Amino acid sequence: MKYVDEFRDGEVAQGLARAIAAEVRPDRRYNFMEFCGGHTHAISRYGVPDLLPENVRMIHGPGCPVCVLPIGRIDLAIKLALERGVILCTYADTVRVPASNGLSLMKAKARGGDIRMVYAVTDALKIARDNSEKEVVFFAIGFETTTPPTAVAIKMAEAEGLNNFSVLCCHVLTPSAIMNILESPEVRELGTVPLDGFIGPAHVSTVIGSRPYEFFAEEYRKPVVIAGFEPLDVMQAILMLVRQVNEGRATVENEFTRAVTPEGNEKAQNLVSEVFELRRSFEWRGLGEVPYSALRIREKYAEFDAERRYHLEYQPVPDNKACECGAILRGVKKPTDCKIFGTVCTPESPMGSCMVSSEGACAAHYTYGRHKDFEESTP
Amino acid sequence: MSGEVKKGYARPLDIKHGRVDMSHGGGGRAMVQLITDLFARHLGNEYLAQGNDGTCLPLGQGKLVVSTDSHVVSPLFFPGGDIGGLSVHGTVNDVAVMGATPLYLTAGFILEEGFPLADLARIVESMARAANEAGVKLVAGDTKVVEQGKGDGVFITTTGIGFLPDGVHLSGDLARPGDVLLVSGTVGDHGTAIMSKRENLSFDAPILSDTASLNGLTAAMLASGAKIKVMRDPTRGGLAATINEIAHQSGVGIHLEEAAIPVKPEVDAACELLGLDPLNIANEGKLIAICAAEDADIPPRRHARPSAWTTGRRDRQGGGGRQRLRADEDPVRRPAHGGLAVGRTAAEDMLRC
Repeated sequence: MKYVDEFRDGEVAQGLARAIAAEVRPDRRYNFMEFCGGHTHAISRYGVPDLLPENVRMIHGPGCPVCVLPIGRIDLAIKLALERGVILCTYADTVRVPASNGLSLMKAKARGGDIRMVYAVTDALKIARDNSEKEVVFFAIGFETTTPPTAVAIKMAEAEGLNNFSVLCCHVLTPSAIMNILESPEVRELGTVPLDGFIGPAHVSTVIGSRPYEFFAEEYRKPVVIAGFEPLDVMQAILMLVRQVNEGRATVENEFTRAVTPEGNEKAQNLVSEVFELRRSFEWRGLGEVPYSALRIREKYAEFDAERRYHLEYQPVPDNKACECGAILRGVKKPTDCKIFGTVCTPESPMGSCMVSSEGACAAHYTYGRHKDFEESTP
Repeated sequence: MSGEVKKGYARPLDIKHGRVDMSHGGGGRAMVQLITDLFARHLGNEYLAQGNDGTCLPLGQGKLVVSTDSHVVSPLFFPGGDIGGLSVHGTVNDVAVMGATPLYLTAGFILEEGFPLADLARIVESMARAANEAGVKLVAGDTKVVEQGKGDGVFITTTGIGFLPDGVHLSGDLARPGDVLLVSGTVGDHGTAIMSKRENLSFDAPILSDTASLNGLTAAMLASGAKIKVMRDPTRGGLAATINEIAHQSGVGIHLEEAAIPVKPEVDAACELLGLDPLNIANEGKLIAICAAEDADIPPRRHARPSAWTTGRRDRQGGGGRQRLRADEDPVRRPAHGGLAVGRTAAEDMLRC
């Protein structure tokens, strides 16, 4: 596959691995967080940790849109489907996230909810056009990558007068989440999460550009390297982070120059700010309430806002007590630190959100890394 | 009640414009007419002609092998095939990969009221073609009709019957460290072809389902004298699920050499776009076989060219490594990017025991 295979070349990866091994200092450790679930998945799927020296550790961050969705938000979606009789459209992974009362969107579907999996928000618009007698709600999740399409859909619905369509907006913002991690007591005071740098988002950065990360590099003295989602991108970014650490630098570097510019996609940014505004606060699974970390629909487009339209009240719901998703999303724990990992909680019947999406730290480790735990535990 | 419909009394079955209605499952003349004019016309043979509640079959040599499979597929007609052919191929293959010779099939149809008879005719013709090609006969059948909205056009359940020659023993628990895994061709074609036509997921890709009977290939492989231990057709769940099953049954781990697994570029691209892995996608005309390493060359090349692409090594103690055998054989190769991965480890599930 053109433009993909080049970035998965095994020999080049071995070369990068040798370069990393040659440049790391044996007397120190390197702890880097890959923010995005896309990176987590690539790292696990392509066995990147096997190519890294023992003193370079990757910590999985909270950048998996499905994983950070709190139970209370999914409860709202289920309520719309079961109690208000709407056709609820959402991206596929979302349907399996466990919610309150043993339900998930998939189980709600089995109870008669009209829940449809879509690959694009435009499919939800089509469903609204084809079912004019019913109300259609798009359950919008995701970071800055999926936000512009939602904005476009709302504008299209307005232009068409599609008044049976609305959006349950749960779009969240990357920089606020990174800031939250950097400000967390685990990182700042306790040192339980040692962080020497970040691999910055790929797709998110194509929209917001590389500028927003400069603040973290300067203020928190953490190097950031924006990287693509292919394994060689990740390896190259790790090498660049190692160099920054060794040289005592903390700047934003861009490995993903084939898609990311400093300014990002200004047209998309303008669209987003036309339709959405900042929420004062938003609950994230794992991170809790994070100020100014999510978007809501502006007053001008209120008729397309499912929260206003159906007078929805958000109710926070605590996670399952045995589930360690929260600590895993903050980088405090590894999937294998969770008692129910791989036993009660598997990708087939997930208890926590990190086991749901292939981008989740637990699902990635279960699928691609579990056999190594077995080897380690075998005498 | 007589099974004959008097000429000049009933109107002929309007296959071109007619639709399935409740009377086609009612046990009366309409049902008999559907059976005679459509099913028996295409699928008839001396056994079906017995016309009794059960069919008497002659015993063959060896052990009896039976397999049953219900077929629900959406869309019913997909690039490279349809539910009719699929319902024959799927069950024939389940019997064939046991090492048996499939001879007979039974078929149960659940039809939805309102389903066009023209489409049903296409499906039955396709079944007849597939059965003919595979050399199996339909020996018993059943038709039921459900009300509109209670079915999805057509569901077909087929049961396959075959005979396993004495001395042939294939089983999923026979894989041993050092064995070789063979695959008969590109993986992921069927599932991708189906997905390309789903309503909410249409993409324009020239991908055809690989649906086909494998009994010719399995017979030739067994006749080659190779000591084949396991044969499977990796349908639902794809190659990964099938290999996982074998790993669990045999208590071994199986390492795949990713670069040598044949995947069509268009299938690879479609899966990449959808975030799927071709190893998890269904096949309907491919088989995998596990045999001792020294037999890896033997399987025939007449029907398809099985390519050796991995060794099943690594035993329960976790030792072992990887050794690529003959990855160059298959005409369709995926570009070499496997060096990074320790295989696509979804399929590399080590046993926890």
